Amino acid sequence: MKARHKRFGIVAVGLAALGLATFLVLNALEGNLSYFFSPTEVAAGKAPADHIFRLGGLVEEGSVTRKEGELTVNFVVTDLAQRVTVAYSGILPDLFAEGQGVIAQGKLGPDNVFVADEVLAKHDETYMPPEVADALEKSGRMGDRHPGSKPL
Amino acid sequence: MASRLVNWFKFSSPATFYPLARKIAVVSTIIAVVLIAIGLYMSFFVAPTDYKQGEGYRIIFVHVPASWMSMFIYVVMAGWAALGLIFNTRLSAMMAQSLAPTGAMFAFLSLWTGSFWGKPMWGTWWVWDARITSELILLFLYLGYMALRSAIDDPRRGDRASAILLLVGVVNIPIIYYSVQWWNTLHQGSTIKFNEESSMDDTMLITMLIMTFGFWAYSIAVSMVRVRAVILERERSSSWVREQLGAET
Repeated sequence: MKARHKRFGIVAVGLAALGLATFLVLNALEGNLSYFFSPTEVAAGKAPADHIFRLGGLVEEGSVTRKEGELTVNFVVTDLAQRVTVAYSGILPDLFAEGQGVIAQGKLGPDNVFVADEVLAKHDETYMPPEVADALEKSGRMGDRHPGSKPL
Repeated sequence: MASRLVNWFKFSSPATFYPLARKIAVVSTIIAVVLIAIGLYMSFFVAPTDYKQGEGYRIIFVHVPASWMSMFIYVVMAGWAALGLIFNTRLSAMMAQSLAPTGAMFAFLSLWTGSFWGKPMWGTWWVWDARITSELILLFLYLGYMALRSAIDDPRRGDRASAILLLVGVVNIPIIYYSVQWWNTLHQGSTIKFNEESSMDDTMLITMLIMTFGFWAYSIAVSMVRVRAVILERERSSSWVREQLGAET
């Protein structure tokens, strides 16, 4: 065995061991690396009670309501399985709209209303001209353009 | 070894690679200038407006190619590091050394343009989600590699120590790439996919690919110019460098 074969062996074994170690660490961390909880996870009690966490999902169609003379906005965040009502007073990002993905940071109150102190918009990975979007909307095929992608 | 048609080891000698690097640098500079000029023109004037993000999405034509290059250059550097450790070739380490500043520049560009894109669209300059944090770690790996190299006075020892750092850091690359699939992130998923249709208009996609190849050619051009300087510096005591410099002055 030549010296360079030995060195190749050391490099290969080293990389394999490192890869395995990384896999085990990431596997152990799993959920802790996620940026937000979905409404289903909140309903299942996975989100921390009495503690700040982030809630992510789609703004339910027709759920955005504003109180007269106040900054507070109420809306429902859904993952199409569970729903969580959110209250927020502050400036919303431009992309905020019904049917759009959002991530809200705040606390779940005793009345099960999520009081947010920050709302961020989350957009998907689709880019197309408005004419194409209109055509897809009309033919009702907007949703099935990429069957593999998650709604959020 | 001697029976091969092309003896690749011939070019692993800095003295034979030095003139070749100049030719590669000239050709790839021309390609880079042409492709980036076409790519930028298409980014601003040809690619259509996005249905949701309007004109603001156009930063994607710099952001995505820069992010790809930052990951790709790191993998190439790790490859050179492995070759250098296994075959004990001096040029491999010089190539890795020459690519590092360009890789760091692209990692920074990726974070910077991402921040500028995130503020109007998401509503924030920065979040600590898995995609953005792992890209920041990549920038730190580049900076750490360059710092480690320059901290060790003996160049050959510096080569070996920094090669190990490069190889260890390579685990971060799949983490960056798959972060948007493995965990819930604020960053959206991949637009360009290996196994299914890309979720992007064709003109936008072509523009992005032209910019990517332009950045690619740019990276080759600057790293070749840089490797020539590194070769001259590190081989300065050899006779061919003295002849070269004597002939030029």
